[in-house]
Amino acid sequence: MPAIAGKEEARSVSVSWYQSRKRQDFIKKALAFIVLMLGAVMFIAPFLWMVSTSLKAQANVFSPDWIPDPIQWRNYPDALRSAPFLTYFKNTAIITLFATVGSVLTSSLVAYSFARLRWPGRDFWFGVVLATMILPGVVMLIPRYILFSQIGWVNTFLPLTVPPWFGGGAFFIFLLRQFYRGIPMELSESARIDGAGELRIWWQIVMPLSTPALAAITIFAFNGAWEDYFGPLIFLNDESKYTLQLGLTTFAAGGGGVPLWHWMMAASLVVMLPVIIIFFLGQRYFIEGVTLTGLTGR
Amino acid sequence: MARLAASRPSRAEKKPFLTPRRREALTGYIFALPFIFGFLALTLGPMIFSLYASFTEYNIVNPPEWIGLGNYDFILRYDEEFRISLKNTIYYVILKTPLVISISLVLAMLMHIDLPGQRYFRTIYYLPTVLTGVAAIFLWVWVLNPEGLLNRGLGLLGISGPNWFFDPAWSKPGLIVMGMWYIGSPILIFLAGLNGIPTQLYESAEIDGAGPLRKFWNITIPMLSPTIFFLVVTNIIGAFQVFNSAYVVSTTAHASAGAPAQSLLFYEVYLYIRAFQHLEMGFASALAWILFAIVMVVTAIQLWLAKRWVYYES
Repeated sequence: MPAIAGKEEARSVSVSWYQSRKRQDFIKKALAFIVLMLGAVMFIAPFLWMVSTSLKAQANVFSPDWIPDPIQWRNYPDALRSAPFLTYFKNTAIITLFATVGSVLTSSLVAYSFARLRWPGRDFWFGVVLATMILPGVVMLIPRYILFSQIGWVNTFLPLTVPPWFGGGAFFIFLLRQFYRGIPMELSESARIDGAGELRIWWQIVMPLSTPALAAITIFAFNGAWEDYFGPLIFLNDESKYTLQLGLTTFAAGGGGVPLWHWMMAASLVVMLPVIIIFFLGQRYFIEGVTLTGLTGR
Repeated sequence: MARLAASRPSRAEKKPFLTPRRREALTGYIFALPFIFGFLALTLGPMIFSLYASFTEYNIVNPPEWIGLGNYDFILRYDEEFRISLKNTIYYVILKTPLVISISLVLAMLMHIDLPGQRYFRTIYYLPTVLTGVAAIFLWVWVLNPEGLLNRGLGLLGISGPNWFFDPAWSKPGLIVMGMWYIGSPILIFLAGLNGIPTQLYESAEIDGAGPLRKFWNITIPMLSPTIFFLVVTNIIGAFQVFNSAYVVSTTAHASAGAPAQSLLFYEVYLYIRAFQHLEMGFASALAWILFAIVMVVTAIQLWLAKRWVYYES
């Protein structure tokens, strides 16, 4: 309704129109700010609640206090010692390292081929890359499981560390190809005249010029491997091979008695921490990556 | 051009097999080989095998036994759990998708306004999106506890909150509430879309006397329609495949996948139970292909409907 009032004034006096327009603008901004603030509080509150619970004594976990009394720091060592978290951590680190390196290197190589080399069948195969984006993973899941169980890979890290070396997934190839196409072709041409092979051009010219895109991919790949739950759930059986995500679920399954919420929250926070740190360090690349591909985080 | 000239003299002497052009093609093919091999060995091959397996009874230990359309026939005609899981999944898709789209659009439009602290809002709203692991699901099981943070907040407003994951009628809405924490990507994609709308459109509409609501319906929505379409399609495909959150929530709160009262028995949860708890790989493969067909049909319908409402500038 203020919009109509503003227009009527405009017809009579233009100065007051300008003022009401400014006021209207201010009200609009203030309202937007308040709504966004409320939303932000709602987005952050669960985190703070988690931190708060992780420091409470077990008897107090249901208390409404935000600041625990007493503050019980020993929940952290206690929670992490209640299960072989060091083993889970080591397993997760190994899997994440191999999966991340594999997907970054091979997606980059494949993207280089699609973006900067001409070969018969290239457009067809790029079409295949795009088509794999919409395939529901579950159709491949069972035959892959059968394949891996036939070759004795079930209950090893191999089903989680080897497949990323085959191009790292369509989204990564797509994102890097878009980026590589933006690098001037003349750079490659002159390197070729100087006698550089394609492998050298890829590694010494194109890769160094693509650090923002590579950073985005590295973060996505790291998060994907670190937070993967489904893969380890299906392929790993022994507790000694569990990853952190699987290890966490042992809390929930534990005993069927009262869940130990203060420990669950403490361990969960520790597991989340690397992802949160990397998010803050690499935010810029993240946001570019998401807008470039429409890649949804899940 | 330079390369062509360089290759000419050598051709006069003796034609080498590896002309620069052939060499480039060969390198290109070799560089793409990881993807090509991976596609054949880990995607196409498995898909063909899975199609075959769906017509068999197969428990990995014994060789597959051909039963024709037996699995499909049973699933589509008699399987009560299939029906429940499909109903649950469709409920989830239909309720969640419009909420994700509308809430993220509103938030993106607010963030599009030039405000102090704009950057921080973007960071805060995006942060949860990177936390997709079990830890974050635990966090939500705790927040949605009957005596948890959310119900306490609702209590302050005089609302007595439901029992969420402990009430079959409220467990799916609980999962959707949790899903609203993960709208960082749609917000960013909408922001990119909003940045692409020329401001002159709004200015000339204002001169013609259009109010905010008219501008929203006649400029923002049509100009964003390709973005909305993309997000609707990808969100529906994603929501059909819900697994992690439902599985971890039900096993954490009830130690049984799909609980309470099968209200969180989503399609892929059911498929998981058949495949990995009962080792009915043939049956589960048939389930997977039925899901694939459903998702394809739903996507095709949307592509067809898109002609009527998605506006492409040209």
